[in-house]
Amino acid sequence: MADVKLLGTWPSPFSYRVILALKLKGIDYEYIEQDLSNKSPLLLQSNPVYKKIPVLIHGGNPISESMTILQYIDESWPETHPLLPADPYGRAVARFWIKFAEEKLSSASMIFRTSGEEQGKAVRETVEVMEILEEHAFGSLKEKGFFGGEKVNMVDLAYGVMGRWFDAIEECSGVKVIDPLKFPLFCGWAERFNEAPVIRDNLPGRKELVDFYKRRREMMLAAAAAASN
Amino acid sequence: MANNNNNGDVKLIGAWPSPFVMRPRIALNIKSVEYEFLQEQFGSKSDLLLKSNPVHKKIPVLLHNDKPICESNIIVEYIDEVWSAGPSILPSDAHDRAVARFWAAYVDEKWFPNVRGAAAASSEEAKNAAVDQLKEGMALLEGAYVEISKGKDFFGGEKIGFIDIAFGSMLAWLRALQVMLGGVKLLDEEKTPGLCKWAAKFSADPAVKDVLPETEKIIEFAKLLVAKIKAAAASS
Repeated sequence: MADVKLLGTWPSPFSYRVILALKLKGIDYEYIEQDLSNKSPLLLQSNPVYKKIPVLIHGGNPISESMTILQYIDESWPETHPLLPADPYGRAVARFWIKFAEEKLSSASMIFRTSGEEQGKAVRETVEVMEILEEHAFGSLKEKGFFGGEKVNMVDLAYGVMGRWFDAIEECSGVKVIDPLKFPLFCGWAERFNEAPVIRDNLPGRKELVDFYKRRREMMLAAAAAASN
Repeated sequence: MANNNNNGDVKLIGAWPSPFVMRPRIALNIKSVEYEFLQEQFGSKSDLLLKSNPVHKKIPVLLHNDKPICESNIIVEYIDEVWSAGPSILPSDAHDRAVARFWAAYVDEKWFPNVRGAAAASSEEAKNAAVDQLKEGMALLEGAYVEISKGKDFFGGEKIGFIDIAFGSMLAWLRALQVMLGGVKLLDEEKTPGLCKWAAKFSADPAVKDVLPETEKIIEFAKLLVAKIKAAAASS
């Protein structure tokens, strides 16, 4: 089997989507941590359009954009742990929610990057997105289930970042966005996701994540303050 | 509704000027699937649309035996998978498929926002910035076309494929924009010769020619749309 390399950065949730998919499928790979402040020739050559991680390189061929990578992984290693439903309609619905995640979850990252009114706006936008998800997406899951039924699939991976990462962002930003009383279906799913086989052994540690985002937040707020002086 | 050769009941909620709606129309034509085209009235949203796409409330929506499928590129993938006996739209190789999805997403996420930006710009500066971005995008797409087509007519090779549909559906608007911006060249014989040839072939394809509107019709429609966008911006 041709070799598999993953260019990523710790603790990027986009990197982790790919790591978790590779682990679920039992695929061996070489992980190469990237320094985004000093981008490697390999990264620039592999993703010349966006120059971003994650990038999967399989047999020398690069693939970028985390959810495109996940579809590629699912199609290239179809025998173990399918990451999409078999029927076209189920797949169309899965792709819809994956696209929604890609478009709408960025407001959440603004929560730890900002303060005051800007942060308030990011929180409101995130809550609006959560309301849609709670009603239309998590509402369709059975009590013990995942988007993939009994097993985690690509949609679960797309949203999986929201559990452990959101938790860390909330702690270091001092804002509570995900109220378990308001979003019981999401919270139930997030707990199940964090405890799922393979997932539970491959998530970043909570303390490390909180420390990381605390430092990032301090840096970003300091830079913003310096820029406005 | 006629039996439609066991294709089931196929309806498409959309509107003729929308490039996103053109995508599933082209895909259905490629697969020779008959469908009922339910056109929305400009400026209002039908109950059927709101019920079928409650999350985004946007066109296109494909209704296949009353089950809704939303998001144009996702609808095209669905059409390709359901009507798998017809000519294939996505490539068969996994890496080629990833490349196809990458460029289709690029058109929507990076290139198209600048079309809106250029058309509805409130200042000369903003317009020029959007046009510069569009030209950069065209250069990237020219490079992608040369690499992916490997000397054949289309991104998909000898026949239209996923990237052709995703980007080709933009051609009527691209041509209209060139006129509306006073002759700005986005399709440029010198800078994007490959795309110029590709655009002519794509527009003439049997699956496309009755779907891509005439440039003049889009220009007329664009005036209405720009007025609506500006009014909305003024009142917010």
